[in-house]
Amino acid sequence: MSKLFDALYSKDVIKHVRSPKNMGEMSNPDGVATVGNPVCGDVMRLYIKVDPKKDTIKDIKFQTLGCGAAIATSSIITTLAKGKTLEEAEKITDEGLAQALGGLPKVKMHCSVLAADGLKKAIQDYRLKKSA
Amino acid sequence: MKQIYLDNAATTQVDSKVFLAMKPYFFKKYGNASEPHRMGQEARLAVEQAREKVADFLGVKQEEIIFTSGATESINLAHKGLIEALNFKNPHIITSSVEHKAVLETCKYLENKEIATVTYLPVNEYGLVNIQNLEKAITDQTVLVSIMYANNEVGTIQPIKEIGALLKKQDHKIYFHTDATQAIQYLDCSVDNLGVDLLSFSGHKIYAPKGVGALYIRKGTPLKSQMRGGGQEGGLRAGTENVPYLVGLGKAVEMIYDLRFKNDDSVKKLQSLLIEEVLKIPGVKLTGHPAERLPHIASFIVEGVEGESLVLLLSDKGISASTGSACTASDLVPSHVLSAMGIKAEDAHGSLRFSLGKDTTEQDIRSVVEVLPGIIDRLRRMAPKL
Repeated sequence: MSKLFDALYSKDVIKHVRSPKNMGEMSNPDGVATVGNPVCGDVMRLYIKVDPKKDTIKDIKFQTLGCGAAIATSSIITTLAKGKTLEEAEKITDEGLAQALGGLPKVKMHCSVLAADGLKKAIQDYRLKKSA
Repeated sequence: MKQIYLDNAATTQVDSKVFLAMKPYFFKKYGNASEPHRMGQEARLAVEQAREKVADFLGVKQEEIIFTSGATESINLAHKGLIEALNFKNPHIITSSVEHKAVLETCKYLENKEIATVTYLPVNEYGLVNIQNLEKAITDQTVLVSIMYANNEVGTIQPIKEIGALLKKQDHKIYFHTDATQAIQYLDCSVDNLGVDLLSFSGHKIYAPKGVGALYIRKGTPLKSQMRGGGQEGGLRAGTENVPYLVGLGKAVEMIYDLRFKNDDSVKKLQSLLIEEVLKIPGVKLTGHPAERLPHIASFIVEGVEGESLVLLLSDKGISASTGSACTASDLVPSHVLSAMGIKAEDAHGSLRFSLGKDTTEQDIRSVVEVLPGIIDRLRRMAPKL
């Protein structure tokens, strides 16, 4: 399909909107970050629990107020990040998220930026707390 | 899964009667309406009969109707064509800030090209234009007032008749255009009652196919064609007539005229039921005027929820609805209509519109209000607490 007119959601996006993975609040997270703002329509919060010995993401959860792409990218990033080392998880890019979802409409790419940013900030938060 | 279609303000299903009327003009009566042979004349007759139906519907003469590809083209022609034909120095247009993009973008084009200056009237919290404001905006340079009959997002009906009367009282002629696309099915569209000189509408909101519409041009209204070629439509809109679609438009207009005369208020009743039930959900507000509204549009703000995800989850249950959320727009700005009504961006993102049609049933509405609270609740639980 011509990129110019591409406005379709992939089947995977719809699947994640219908049944998001790792959705909900986490109590006592090791790292947490909230990105976006309600004026723009999208707010994401990512929570992580870290295995300090392996430096891996033991558990991850998200909460999102936003459109289908915002929900799908937050859901998919949790599945991609779970079990990864922090260093690996930080390398997840917006393009990587879009790819994992079978593509995103061009106007929705900013949602994937938000999710990738949210995870990086949650990891930052964990490191800050650890070093404090 | 049974599909419940509540997005009739976006487009409607082609009615089977409309389709059957169109059918022969694809395969059998496919002549070019400009040709003198029998096939051509047969097509011409069909086009003129369709024109007669539209003219009767609006209470006007046949020569005052021209066919277009839809309201967007009608609107472009009415605005650009009038300004060009008037050849007036520094013409001024008055419109409202809640018009459809077809009007707003056409006005912006005329503004940017320095062809005309434009006043965009504000609206109140219900989306209503204030007549005193309009009167104050009139200058010696004002040549055109363009106010929609009823809004497509919130359904608020503008005081077109009163505006028409006000414009008649002015010392100089001010032409009056109305975009009647949403109103046409449900409100009185006799142009003399309304006092309009130009009226635009589309077929696909009234059970005709997409890609056909009409423009009413009061006799004596100057207009310059924006589409040059073979001189069809009295030289105002060149291009071979789309005979089957024009036949479809004629049939559709006839059909909605009949529906209105049956005095069928079933759509209104279903709308009331829908509004009453939806407003029982906590944190949901009605948008648009509580009384002066079209019977088929029920629009809401759902707090703490983003509209597109709401539409997607409704769609998952077989329900088609719509939202003015920025997330569905390419520019990521929420609905200009809701913004003009003073609704904050963070609330406008939670907009939800249901629009009913002639075939909507009470069961449809019951099904929607049964699943909606659960979907809203789910999305609210998904959202982070701020």
